[in-house]
Amino acid sequence: MIQNLIDGVLTGSYLSLGAIGLTLVMHILRFANFSHAELLSLGAYCALVCDALVSAMAPFLAVKFAPLSLTGALMISILVSMVLTGVSALMIDRLVFKRVREKGAELSMVFASFGMALIIRNVIGLIFGLSPELYSRDIAFAMMLSADPLILIKPDQVFVLIAALTLMFILHLILSRTTFGFSLRAVAENPSLAQVNGVNLNRTIMAVWLIGGALAAVAGIFYGISHQLIPVMGRDLVLPIFAATIVGGIGSVYGAVLGGFIVGIAGNLALVILPSGYTPSVPFLLIIIVLMIRPHGLFGEARA
Amino acid sequence: MSEVILQANGVTAGYVPDLPILRDVSLDVRAAQITVIIGPNGAGKSTFIKTVAGLLPVAQGQITFQGDDITGIRTDQLGARGISYVPQTDNIFRSLTIRQNLDLALRHAGAQARARLGDLLDQFPALASKQRDKAGTLSGGQRQFLAIAMALATDPKLILMDEPSAGLSPKAAEEVLEHARALTQRGVSILLVEQNVKQALRLADHCYILAEGRNQIDGPAAELQNNGVVAEIYLGSRRTGAA
Amino acid sequence: MIGVISYLVFFATTASILAIAVLGLNLQWGNTGLFNGGVVAFFGAGAYGTLILGGTAQAGHLGGYGILYPLALLGGMVAAGLMAWLVGLLTLRLRHDYLAIATFGVAVAFENLMRNAEWLAGGAKGVRGFERPLREALGDGFLYNLIFFAAVLLILIGVYIFLERLVASPFGRLLRAIREDEEAAQSLGKNPARVRLTAFITGSVILGLAGGLYGTFYAFVSPQDVLPTLTFQIWAMLIVGGAGNNRGAIFGAFVIWGAWTASGWALSRFAPVDVQLYTGSVQFILIGSVIVGMLMWRPQGFLPERLVVSQRGKP
Repeated sequence: MIQNLIDGVLTGSYLSLGAIGLTLVMHILRFANFSHAELLSLGAYCALVCDALVSAMAPFLAVKFAPLSLTGALMISILVSMVLTGVSALMIDRLVFKRVREKGAELSMVFASFGMALIIRNVIGLIFGLSPELYSRDIAFAMMLSADPLILIKPDQVFVLIAALTLMFILHLILSRTTFGFSLRAVAENPSLAQVNGVNLNRTIMAVWLIGGALAAVAGIFYGISHQLIPVMGRDLVLPIFAATIVGGIGSVYGAVLGGFIVGIAGNLALVILPSGYTPSVPFLLIIIVLMIRPHGLFGEARA
Repeated sequence: MSEVILQANGVTAGYVPDLPILRDVSLDVRAAQITVIIGPNGAGKSTFIKTVAGLLPVAQGQITFQGDDITGIRTDQLGARGISYVPQTDNIFRSLTIRQNLDLALRHAGAQARARLGDLLDQFPALASKQRDKAGTLSGGQRQFLAIAMALATDPKLILMDEPSAGLSPKAAEEVLEHARALTQRGVSILLVEQNVKQALRLADHCYILAEGRNQIDGPAAELQNNGVVAEIYLGSRRTGAA
Repeated sequence: MIGVISYLVFFATTASILAIAVLGLNLQWGNTGLFNGGVVAFFGAGAYGTLILGGTAQAGHLGGYGILYPLALLGGMVAAGLMAWLVGLLTLRLRHDYLAIATFGVAVAFENLMRNAEWLAGGAKGVRGFERPLREALGDGFLYNLIFFAAVLLILIGVYIFLERLVASPFGRLLRAIREDEEAAQSLGKNPARVRLTAFITGSVILGLAGGLYGTFYAFVSPQDVLPTLTFQIWAMLIVGGAGNNRGAIFGAFVIWGAWTASGWALSRFAPVDVQLYTGSVQFILIGSVIVGMLMWRPQGFLPERLVVSQRGKP
């Protein structure tokens, strides 16, 4: 039970990171972006490639930070992947979503995002093959926190949790302390009034894609560290991160953080009462429960 | 008479390209004066202001500000030009605090931001004491003041105000309009849309009457106050619409 | 020769069943603007419902009621409708993303439930033991397939006529009015949420009908039949054909199903063996590209909606 709770918190840390970008995009561009989870895969695989390159070029960086299984090369790769995934998100918007938007078919954006998800997911599958990949082939030993009840935790998981919380705190500072953060929130609340107040809408949309893509990359890499990399990871993550945005309330960054942890914990706690085969249904059940008792989520506002 | 700061020449505009709401509207705003647009509901008053602000496309005609062509200006460039716009409703960010709203508006003020913030808080003491509150918690009159303070943050030469007194108590409406009057003393020009004809004519220097998207009549506000035609155009249509 | 004809009948039967599903989706998306991200769940509810209600007794899971076939099919449609009612009731008052996400979630949960709940529908093994209607009289051969095709075609025509009438009726105009301008429709005293719910359920019942026929045709349904792939295929059919146009929907169904079958055949025939493992991936990339490409270059589809524009008053 306590083990499930701990695992849930760890799952929640990467779900939250994924959900933050998704909720921002959904709020500002007003469409459910079903390809957001593919940015997680993209980021994860991007880091895999970069890690291999850096390790090959600078072997001294391929040394582990004991007790973590993480290397300096992977740390660098995380940063590179954040940038590249952010830029990819921006490019996808430029090449596809922007054009669909400008064709006036705003409702069709959700179709386009599904189409993009299929393309990205399967191109990754073609390039990297269908078998799983790992950042580190070494077995990471778990630390035993307690013998009875048995509670195990891997050092890498502690790193993931701390890094995720740090990123969220940085984002919080940006949103609550900087005028750039205010302008993001302003566009989310009322795009035309934001323009009236001198906010450049296009530039803000670009920033949202960059931030969303970068956080998605970290989420994907953390998923890869905690589990493994598979090309269809986006397919398995899309519903949990959507559930996180709905639980938190679409558009609320803080809601997405809390929603991510709730979905992560609920999924792991469900293992106590349900066979593990049912885990993929848990996010859907959460969505239904939230829609029944609090349709706009924990922090969401009603908006047409 | 002071110089013309904003000039609209034969402006035709609307929400949909082939369905213009404004037809051939021309109008001058003079420096440090209040110019008011009145007219029955649906006359196109707000449409005109939104068109000047670049929120609606101009089909024909030209708008110049201080001699520069600003027809179809990008809305986010208004402030840099020296124009501010206070929309009628939803004119503040409810989810931001009052201070955050002001900081956002002051974003491009650079080194002067601090001094201007101090000045704005002096002008609107009601806001100064609530800086950390969410703007959504403000009363109607205070919201209007915050919106005006945000408009002033860019140190504009011209402010476009869309019915600033709408939905306010008579006392709050009076305060808001008095403040607008005071701004002209500091050299700011104001283009105002008003529903309350009496108040508008008493306050303004110059007045335009719009009906069915066209210019009807214009003149110094003091003259129009006693003009029978005004009452006829305005009140005649007014009986059918809501005031 | 008989082999080719037999294959064509098989192909046309599947395409016609899918066309019925596309018509159902067209009522939701094309006419009403409702995004259904879980087409396959409603399709699957129809298939599972029909086979469980009309099938022979099963060891270990529901079934064996031996209900008369038309009633079993109806039962499948009701199952799809009930699911639509639940999802619609919760989401149709909210902004449109909620419906998109919730319907997508339904499809994930449905497949997950069917795969795991052995007591319900046999789990991964699926539902077997279904006696196709009139099999004793017609046998299992070509004749049966031909007559089954004719029946499916008749049902397709029936659904088409029903939807054409519906769209031309005052209700159909109301749907478009709500799609175009919800507030205006509301101001006319109509309750948009209720109207949308009706359209969503009706569309889902038609999806359930298609699913029921599909299950009947194969006399078998398993979780493999309710994978998201089918949802994407049905969307592509509608988008290619032209959302809002019922003829386009049918046209799109045949074109995309033809392209899908042909690409699968070509890949299995000509691609090197080690690439064949990736046939699915290539097909998904193709279908994703079709969806994205159509939306970018021809969002109205090949047979666009014919809008009956009421005379606009001269300004």
